[in-house]
Amino acid sequence: MPSPGAVATDAVVRLDNVRFRWPGQQTDIIALDELTLEAGEHLFVRGASGSGKTTLLNLLAGIHTPSAGEIRLLGTDLATLSAGKRDQFRADHIGVVFQQFNLLPYLSTVENVTLSCAFSARKRRAMASTGVGDTARDLLRSLNLDDDLHRAPVNKLSVGQQQRVAVARALIGGPEILIADEPTSALDADNRDRFLELLFREVEAQGCTLIFVSHDPELAGRFQRSIELSGAEQ
Amino acid sequence: MSLVRLALKSARFRSTSLVLTVFGLAISVTLLLGVDKIRTETRASFFNTVSETDLIVGARSSPTNLLLYSVFRIGNATNNVTWDTYEEIAAMDEVAWTIPISLGDSHRGFRVMGTTDDYFEHYRYGNKRALALDEGERFDGVYDTVLGADVARELGYEVDDEIIVAHGLVSAAFAEHDDKPFTVVGILEKTGTPVDRTVHVTLAGIEAIHVDFRDGGRSQLTVDAEQALKFDLTPTQITALMVGLENRAQTFQVQRRINEYESEPMSAILPGATLADFWRTISTIEQVVFVISGFVLVAGLLGMLTTILSTLNERRREIAVLRAVGARASHVVLLIVLETLLVVTAGCALGVAMLYGLLTLARPIILDRFGIDVPITGLDPTQLSILGGVIVGAVVVALIPGFIAYRRSIQDGLALKV
Repeated sequence: MPSPGAVATDAVVRLDNVRFRWPGQQTDIIALDELTLEAGEHLFVRGASGSGKTTLLNLLAGIHTPSAGEIRLLGTDLATLSAGKRDQFRADHIGVVFQQFNLLPYLSTVENVTLSCAFSARKRRAMASTGVGDTARDLLRSLNLDDDLHRAPVNKLSVGQQQRVAVARALIGGPEILIADEPTSALDADNRDRFLELLFREVEAQGCTLIFVSHDPELAGRFQRSIELSGAEQ
Repeated sequence: MSLVRLALKSARFRSTSLVLTVFGLAISVTLLLGVDKIRTETRASFFNTVSETDLIVGARSSPTNLLLYSVFRIGNATNNVTWDTYEEIAAMDEVAWTIPISLGDSHRGFRVMGTTDDYFEHYRYGNKRALALDEGERFDGVYDTVLGADVARELGYEVDDEIIVAHGLVSAAFAEHDDKPFTVVGILEKTGTPVDRTVHVTLAGIEAIHVDFRDGGRSQLTVDAEQALKFDLTPTQITALMVGLENRAQTFQVQRRINEYESEPMSAILPGATLADFWRTISTIEQVVFVISGFVLVAGLLGMLTTILSTLNERRREIAVLRAVGARASHVVLLIVLETLLVVTAGCALGVAMLYGLLTLARPIILDRFGIDVPITGLDPTQLSILGGVIVGAVVVALIPGFIAYRRSIQDGLALKV
């Protein structure tokens, strides 16, 4: 059954004339005329600081709603959902990886990964056969995080390890969309490359659509598509 | 993982500041409950001290003073009542019974009171309860004594033990009536009134031990216990008397007659009215103390608010992570409220535990100093509603940081402000 406002399309992400400006501001911080991502596509979004990267993330994640235009994720027009429903949509369909400090210091590694199931019955159902904990441990292992780290407090992990745990949390339960906000900026070149390799491998294994935001143009070559955020038009 | 578990784990991670907040709240809860407990018990114990006595008569003084020394054994009489006057009052037509009392001596910190058999016959406390003997019998001989329950318990006396009465209220070897020991013939049941802390002897006994005492000291001429019995042991004066009337309607009439007595200046007071008057004086203080402890509690709650507000900044990342995995803004508010509930419940529980701990420690001291027994009982409805009020108040207070966190989580969204 199609969700409310669904259209016949394969697009996982479709942005149509999206504009966003903060109340009281004269200019749009986000102005995207058209953007469509099919399932499994990887998009690199480049933008300097202040170019509206965070705002774009908040729009895609359904925290903010656009001042004008339409954002459709998996055929659903986010504007037709209430704020609570958008939060639920994010819990069920979107994984997020931040620049750093992704993990809650008072939870173990595995608990941090399974945290995203706390708010999503859909994810819990998806893992009903294997069990949430086992799925988390499998995912951590495939991200090269050994068992002895699974019960460790997260502040014992290196930054690179923490970022991989964050990827495991974002991917557990099979969300269709993964949003990564500068996930490599705290890593050195070696770690960054290894991280990206693992990220791509897991994303491809799940057939997930990836939106990767960074200020670093060097990374763009690894993605099928890239766009540039120009930021405020001043 | 449920939100409650998440709140618990998060709180444990920041336990240092929260534990201090719990202690702060616990202290204010203990204070408030303690003040309430003590005022309830003081009031009960106070009004239970004397019952059925229509008038208390003593030498002219303030009603409060007369009440304090005659009933509570606190302070001293300024003057005495002559035995002749006592007999005249006792012989009045309206008077049904009288209890003469004679104070002034002590035994190891407990007041000694000379009286007659009328005391056991007519004295009533609480809800018209008569005195009852736990062991032994009423005094009969001159050197017999009946002990209050606490006197026997604290000093470990049993029937047939001998005790020495000290002259005056301070125990001093040079002024002990050691040549005339008293024999314990009875021990009273506990009453929860100053009776428990009184050593009761006969009026004749009081006379006998003072036969060779003049002007507060032992005279050169000593008289031993046997010889003293040969003296006329009818008292010349007593400290005060309690009066029961045939008809309560005549109370004011008799009171006036005694107050206007020609031969000596006297005061007659209505114990109930004087208790109530005196209570009003104290209860102002009591209410002030209660209000102050209420303010201490408000300060405790504000302290909690400060702590929770100050943790909001360090929790910004935590909240952004939770939002990223799908937590609603309302979940964020709920987390803050849950944490507050945790802190305030812990504070109340610790406060109650501290209250009982303190009561256990302070009970003998309060009884000793003020003659008030504070029994250790379960929480009464007033105290439960105080606790309920504290918890509800805390949750209401928590809505302030909750609302701030709510607005912030919508503004910040997934932005990790460091």
